[in-house]
Amino acid sequence: MPDIVSVRDLDKTYAGGFRALKSVSLGIRQGEILALLGPNGAGKTTLISTICGITTPTSGSVEVAGHDVVRDYRAARQLIGLVPQEINLEPFEKVINTVRFSRGLFGRRRDDAHVESVLRQLSLWDKRDSKTVELSGGMKRRVLIAKALAHEPRVLFLDEPTAGVDVDFRRDMWETVRRLQADGVTIILTTHYIEEAEAIADRIGVIARGEILLVEEKDSLMRRLGRKEMRLDLHEPIAAVPDSLSGYKLQRSDEGGALIYTYDTSAERTGIARLFSDLTAAGLRLRDVQTSQSSLEEIFVDLVRDGQ
Amino acid sequence: MNWQAVRAIYVYEMTRFFRTLLQSLISPVISTSLYFVVFGAAIGSRIDQVEGVAYGAFIVPGLIMLTVVTQSISNASFGIYFPKFIGTIYELLSAPVNFLEIVAGYVGAAATKSLVIGLIILGTAFFFVELRILHPVWMLSFLVLTCVSFALLGFIIGIWARNFEQLQLVPLLVVTPLVFLGGSFYSISMLPPAWQTVTLFNPVVYLISGFRWAFFEQADVPVALSLLAILGFMTLCLAAIWWIFRTGWRIRN
Repeated sequence: MPDIVSVRDLDKTYAGGFRALKSVSLGIRQGEILALLGPNGAGKTTLISTICGITTPTSGSVEVAGHDVVRDYRAARQLIGLVPQEINLEPFEKVINTVRFSRGLFGRRRDDAHVESVLRQLSLWDKRDSKTVELSGGMKRRVLIAKALAHEPRVLFLDEPTAGVDVDFRRDMWETVRRLQADGVTIILTTHYIEEAEAIADRIGVIARGEILLVEEKDSLMRRLGRKEMRLDLHEPIAAVPDSLSGYKLQRSDEGGALIYTYDTSAERTGIARLFSDLTAAGLRLRDVQTSQSSLEEIFVDLVRDGQ
Repeated sequence: MNWQAVRAIYVYEMTRFFRTLLQSLISPVISTSLYFVVFGAAIGSRIDQVEGVAYGAFIVPGLIMLTVVTQSISNASFGIYFPKFIGTIYELLSAPVNFLEIVAGYVGAAATKSLVIGLIILGTAFFFVELRILHPVWMLSFLVLTCVSFALLGFIIGIWARNFEQLQLVPLLVVTPLVFLGGSFYSISMLPPAWQTVTLFNPVVYLISGFRWAFFEQADVPVALSLLAILGFMTLCLAAIWWIFRTGWRIRN
């Protein structure tokens, strides 16, 4: 698939001197769901804001379907929909009016049928005459999505769409995102939940300290992120790993008092059951077993360290 | 030109006006009526004609200007400050619109609101005083130009303001004194010569004078100068707004 959004050497330094984006380059493929993962302050929102025109880039360029977002901003912005992280809505306006306003603002003629279909799709039709102040947090977020979809964008940016919402809403949101993708909309969402990226993304980009550390197909990244360690504390320390266990690539720890087994949770077979029976066969008795998974934070740290 | 966007902003802003119709209309009409009662009927009855015009009628253009100027500023400044305050400005900044379209929408709506209020006050004046408008087209032109220019100023104030206090600061400390001292309730010729010269530095004098001329053919300064002053002020405001959007001052990071 060709890239619908091309970010080249994008740099953003704020007036206070903080460099939020460091020469970011990124291609977003048409029709994909790209999840941008990163801790707070990584530069996710700055990147989205710069693509959408809210923040002015210090240097570098962004093109949306071949239109430069600064020089040819009208054509570029007409193709983009943005759902911000904060719930920003005029409290006393009716839902339907605020959605109609968004459509007009993006240069589209009034189209009540389209507005109705967007509101129905987001289960907001029954609330169309409610003031936004009367809605629940989840509903308000849906209104923001409806506003972003009002002008029929081809690229939709969702900035932390499920931050602070309940599980049901999160699943609803994922369903909505998949439906939009089926309609041909390219979706970029930022999140710091790995499960979210895992659930819906085609590709995952990792961003930290203003740098894109990697962009990878979800499946291959999940294999890397899905590695887990099991620590096997032994009753008696051993001087060397028995030959019969050589296939497990065990590492001795605590001067032979413990063995470390690394395995892949996303693999079809983790090999744990077989390892236990082979340990017994080798005459090793276990005192305790602990498992741990490297957190996303740790992976970020590793990635940053590797990048230096 | 993205006319759909201009229309969208205009309609959205006017919807707010109609939503708060009572406070938007009733409050300025009541306060102006009080001016008519106090200055026109109570005090005015003791004052002779000013420049050949009955005092009650003489203050009508000034009173309309007073309301229209303050309303234009407060409508436009609130119109653009509110999206900044609640965060909805993100949508405006990410939309395919240029500064002229944003200004046309917000300032157009703010100016329309104050024009409506100005005309209602004019209508109200007929209940209190005997009034003739010698040049109705010029009267309307001055009114529209004033509404637009001061809505532009209000728009700038709305972008400049970082909080509600600042939003009130300029209208309260600068504009209201200028309008009161701009000849709303008196003719400049009634002042001592030295103060007459000082007053000529007050831009509002030119507005009120031109507007009053359209009613009574009586003016403190030549009407062409009034027209030039208001057009110059409008150009200045437009240039400032153009610069604001070009640099993103106080609106874009």
